Amino acid sequence: MKALDFDWKPLLLAPILALVALPLTGSFSTWLTLTVAGLAMGMIIFIIASGLTLVFGLMDVLNFGHGVFIALGAFVASSVLGLMGDWTGSGELWRNLVAVFPAMLVAMAVAGAVGLAFERFIVRPVYGQHLKQILITMGGMIIGEELIKVIWGPAQVPLPLPEALRGSLLIGDAAISKYRLLAVAVGVVVFGLLAWTLGRTKIGLLIRAGVQDREMVESLGYRIGRLFVGVFVVGSALAGLGGVMWGLFQQNLVPQMGAQVNVLIFIVIIIGGLGSTGGALIGALLVGLMTNYIGFLLPTLTQFASILLMVAVLLWRPQGVYPVANR
Amino acid sequence: MFLKRLLSNDMPRSRLLAVLLLALFIALAFAPFIFPGVKALSVAAKILVFVVLVASFDLLLGYTGIVSFAHTMFFGIGAYGIAISASRLGPSWGAVLLGLVASLAVSLVLSFAIGLFSLRVRAIFFAMITLAVASAFQTLASQLSDFTGGEDGLTFKLPELISPSFEFAEEPFLGVSLDGRLLCYYMLFAAAVVLLLALLRIVNSPFGRVLQAIRENEFRAEAIGYRVVVYRTTAAVLSALFATLAGAMLAIWLRYNGPDTSLSFEIMIDVLLIVVIGGMGTMYGAAIGAVLFVLAQSYLQDLLRVGSEAASGLPWLAALLSPDRWLLWLGVLFVVSVYYFPTGIVGKLRARAAR
Repeated sequence: MKALDFDWKPLLLAPILALVALPLTGSFSTWLTLTVAGLAMGMIIFIIASGLTLVFGLMDVLNFGHGVFIALGAFVASSVLGLMGDWTGSGELWRNLVAVFPAMLVAMAVAGAVGLAFERFIVRPVYGQHLKQILITMGGMIIGEELIKVIWGPAQVPLPLPEALRGSLLIGDAAISKYRLLAVAVGVVVFGLLAWTLGRTKIGLLIRAGVQDREMVESLGYRIGRLFVGVFVVGSALAGLGGVMWGLFQQNLVPQMGAQVNVLIFIVIIIGGLGSTGGALIGALLVGLMTNYIGFLLPTLTQFASILLMVAVLLWRPQGVYPVANR
Repeated sequence: MFLKRLLSNDMPRSRLLAVLLLALFIALAFAPFIFPGVKALSVAAKILVFVVLVASFDLLLGYTGIVSFAHTMFFGIGAYGIAISASRLGPSWGAVLLGLVASLAVSLVLSFAIGLFSLRVRAIFFAMITLAVASAFQTLASQLSDFTGGEDGLTFKLPELISPSFEFAEEPFLGVSLDGRLLCYYMLFAAAVVLLLALLRIVNSPFGRVLQAIRENEFRAEAIGYRVVVYRTTAAVLSALFATLAGAMLAIWLRYNGPDTSLSFEIMIDVLLIVVIGGMGTMYGAAIGAVLFVLAQSYLQDLLRVGSEAASGLPWLAALLSPDRWLLWLGVLFVVSVYYFPTGIVGKLRARAAR
């Protein structure tokens, strides 16, 4: 992960995109609003995509059913927040946060637990077979989506933001929505924890070594299989957390939301290089910024913005910005 | 001997499979007379469309080992080709032909571009890129409402000859009125048979063998001297063209097209399910799978309704058996078949016959 000749060029992509957008948006305050909104959206997308990029980059498992954990996290959070109406309804920030954090934790726990079962029954028989992984995790997603419909019903479920997180702060003329600040904070924490765990701890070292040469690490007496199950569970839990963030962002949940987000997160991890955490962060920020700028400048093109971005990045680097080289 | 040539030497190789296929062929050939009623005929027509669509996807997934999520895009292009040209130029055969040719051209260019751009990279890239492209195309189709009718879609008229109001004979024959609807069904039937035989011809040609070699071991195929990218791109283009024709068949039957009818991601998932359940890498599997799936889609819900009412004492069981949850059971079936019958129904039958 750390190399002497660190490849810094991709780090410039997001600032360049922001600078290019500055003259186009007209006024500085509009630009600031859009940029912060874009960064926040990017952070939420990163949280969603980080789990998938972990599972893919470390375990070489293509999980097309990742979207189910996103939807699951969001629906669990809606139930938890629904139980805590007293806490979400009050205007005090700390009370709202006290409501949101347990919701996140429960969502992560449920998504992680379901991830454990998913790994055992859906993914385990098809390790090392990409084609079957795509097929069987698609099947898993269908089952998961239908079970969500069984539990929470097929209709839309509202997920309103707690009182104190609604509205915006004014910095000069630029309006910054409060929830987006929270999203940035959560995203930074997730990225920091991931980078620290993978780069600085013994577990991270073992995981990285296991990816490089599984047999060698196992002959040293470590159980890579268990470690990788843990990676899958963490990946699913992160998807659950991302689902809570995304659900609060949309304030409205549908059982198909996972499949809808799938396209976005695939774009992000393709840009990132299929498996790189840093690459996924860059990809997510680019997609977030691009969506917001284009949404303001050329609204009809919003849906294509991220795809154009992906094509452009792939023309520059066909394997994504930080290709995972050992495969 | 003639049959052997017609089937490109790819015989069912299992007595049970042969019987099934024959029964299927007869049932579809005489569907309007055996199964009277509007719904039954629509189900039969849908089966014909899906047989072609799924077989064309199997060329890609089963024979070449490429996972594409953009297959319904080409299906949609075919359907929109007919819809747009018939709604603009009026109900003439020229308009139908023009729409067909134009949509084939669009599919050709698009599939060629996607193939060249992304088939060099790994399978996973291709799967994800096609997913992104397909979703962009779907948005495009629903946003360009002047052109495609947006979310509402397009309803259009086709030549008099194949419309239900056209009667060939005063008297019904064997209890079935001889009208344009019947003619339209037989047009689809002929098209489906010809296209399926053509696909069988393709996969059993030397070209088809190379595709299978690439599926089995890309590296070796390249080492023998086959240009893998060329073969893969050709397979992707061919498969896209057949999907376009299937889309045209759908539009001609429904005389309507919209984003949900031909472009939705659900159809893509349906196609994946059918290929796997029927058996990847066998055109017969595509046919058998399509029939099973469309029948399940059309009639399993009725069955589940019975089960759900029977289980009304146990609310959670009733919820699981609710007719809207039929996809759940299909998903379970799908996972189980990837688990236990990776070769699908046809592979299983053939393996049993070979023992």
